[in-house]
Amino acid sequence: MNATAPVRSWGLPGPFPHRLLQPASLDEVRLPVDDSWLPHGLGRSYGDVALNPGHTLLCTRWLDRYVSFDAATGLLECEAGLPLERIVDDLLPRGWFPAVVPGTLQVTVGGAIANDVHGKNHHAMGSFGDHVARFTLQRSDGSVLACSPTENPPWFAATIGGLGLTGLVTRAQLRLRPVASGWMRVAVQRFRGLDAFFALNAQAEAKHEYAVAWIDCLSGADGLRGVMLAGDHAEPAPGAPRFPPRPRRASVPFTPPMSLVTPWSLRAFNSAYFHRAPERAELLQPVWDYFWPLDRLADWNRIYGPRGLLQFQCVLPPAGAEAGVRELLRLLRAAGAGSFLAVLKTFGARPARGLLSFARAGLTLALDFPDTPRMRSLFAQLDACVAAAGGALYPAKDAAGSPALFRSAYPRWGEFQRYRDPGVASAFARRMEAA
Amino acid sequence: MNILIYGASSRIAHECARLWARDGHALVLAGRSALRLEPVAADLRVLAASPESVRTLAWDLADEATLRQRFADEDARAGGFDLLLVAHGWLPEQAAAQRDPAVLRETVEANALSVAQICEAAAGVFEARRRGTIAVIGSVAGDRGRQSNYLYGASKGFVERYCQGLRNRLHAAGVAVVLVKPGPTDTPMARQLARPGRLADPRDVARDIVRAIDRRQAVVYTPGPWRWIMTVIRWIPERAFVRLKL
Repeated sequence: MNATAPVRSWGLPGPFPHRLLQPASLDEVRLPVDDSWLPHGLGRSYGDVALNPGHTLLCTRWLDRYVSFDAATGLLECEAGLPLERIVDDLLPRGWFPAVVPGTLQVTVGGAIANDVHGKNHHAMGSFGDHVARFTLQRSDGSVLACSPTENPPWFAATIGGLGLTGLVTRAQLRLRPVASGWMRVAVQRFRGLDAFFALNAQAEAKHEYAVAWIDCLSGADGLRGVMLAGDHAEPAPGAPRFPPRPRRASVPFTPPMSLVTPWSLRAFNSAYFHRAPERAELLQPVWDYFWPLDRLADWNRIYGPRGLLQFQCVLPPAGAEAGVRELLRLLRAAGAGSFLAVLKTFGARPARGLLSFARAGLTLALDFPDTPRMRSLFAQLDACVAAAGGALYPAKDAAGSPALFRSAYPRWGEFQRYRDPGVASAFARRMEAA
Repeated sequence: MNILIYGASSRIAHECARLWARDGHALVLAGRSALRLEPVAADLRVLAASPESVRTLAWDLADEATLRQRFADEDARAGGFDLLLVAHGWLPEQAAAQRDPAVLRETVEANALSVAQICEAAAGVFEARRRGTIAVIGSVAGDRGRQSNYLYGASKGFVERYCQGLRNRLHAAGVAVVLVKPGPTDTPMARQLARPGRLADPRDVARDIVRAIDRRQAVVYTPGPWRWIMTVIRWIPERAFVRLKL
């Protein structure tokens, strides 16, 4: 049952040694009493929120069974290690879909709760935690708490977005939403300039459930090249299967000795991406292509080479958003720091349920970079810029943010301490407390 | 199909059952512990077209006096099984099995004796009915004895020879015997392996098993390349093999 193994996060290659507990079923779960531990799902968090180096990870990958599904209401109960991919594989063909999906399906339900993940429909549907009806929380002191908006509500609020620090979520109930098919009607439109983004985004959010923009972050604010992708669940095209099958997956077979992400490969990619997109078009896309294009390339993080990658995702409050993002784009351009998948989107005003939820009203920008000393120093500048704008970084993606920014962006961190499981620890929590 | 799975809470069996449940087959999930079987049944009921098509059966094969009758009763209750999948198994720590006679006995009972017991019970019923399939999960470890796991390997070697004879016996009655030999697979059973190396995905293994059963193959290695790896390992002359640290 105990094994020591090197574990990496999605961005940080480590390897970080951990003792692994891998219960085969819920009845085998024994929370450690001799060591600090942390729940760990599929390890897709980019930074250190799912790491506990030198200590224990409680791996939930075999706690992945359905408990029940009510096909009349869409209420799904499952164990917390269930990957979202399985929910979509199994229940989309029956007309049900998670109300909020992140950019990869390779995350567990427990991980999606712990990071209160968001999707392209935040303005319409809020974040993942908004569709969690109930869950069971098991804690080091032996207690088992049923949590919902009406049962143990403070624990419910602390655990949604609580980064796994409140204990182990063993089972959860999710409210799925009905969909007509596995197809999306996607409105694609190219734009140039940040002003054009804001105008187009406001229209897209008013008309469409999902909206997100890809941008070329080397192009600066005024010349900003981007593509807006707004979508809605749709009926299939005549003759097309109502539920298209999941496409086959390729994989990056090994880690190349150096990062394949270089300034010129980025320029080439970004230019091709921009010019391949139609000026303006409406098309039908399978959900797989619209939501999770990167899931078609397993282990894509390997292209960043042995040093791994850093992700930067911030949210800037509406008042400071435009000035803030201009400054961020200026810093990126000055540093010549490009990113394959730079994403710009606005979050809606719905207040999150979690004490530490990331998604909040404002503009969010997500980028990834090779992890180099130069990028780390650029991150310090970006960090300062986010702080000046009153924004926040996303813990699920963070490996380099400062404790000071975290404290100011998550003012309920102090209140949150009351609900922490004293047996649980993570590298992220230690880093934020180091100050 | 009417399917009986013994050892249904094992990871590989559960993944097979997920494929069968989606395809609308009726499943009886058997094993020693009802506590282990119930969550598996709940999972499969979500996938199955009707929840009644999945049921559990707590059954200890050590109860020899009632074993044959019990099988016949369950078979009648299910309306006749088309397939028995025997998927239970136990991987001891080799050092413990060498040291402790009780572990040695448990290894042989769990992996060899109980497999033959349930297969014999099914064989009589299927032979009389002149149809059906018996599928057994063996292991590549049964192909050649190696110092690192020969007690487990020997118990799986018994399964191979047993299936061979049973297949020969049941051939005339049109009953197929499928022996599955998975390589090391990423399941809870492999947790204790000190250096697990590359482990197969149990979902891929399950797909291979379900296909082999559909085709009534005699012996199937999964993942496929193990067939060639084990061919080479079986061909190494014993004089050379004894020197190897395997």
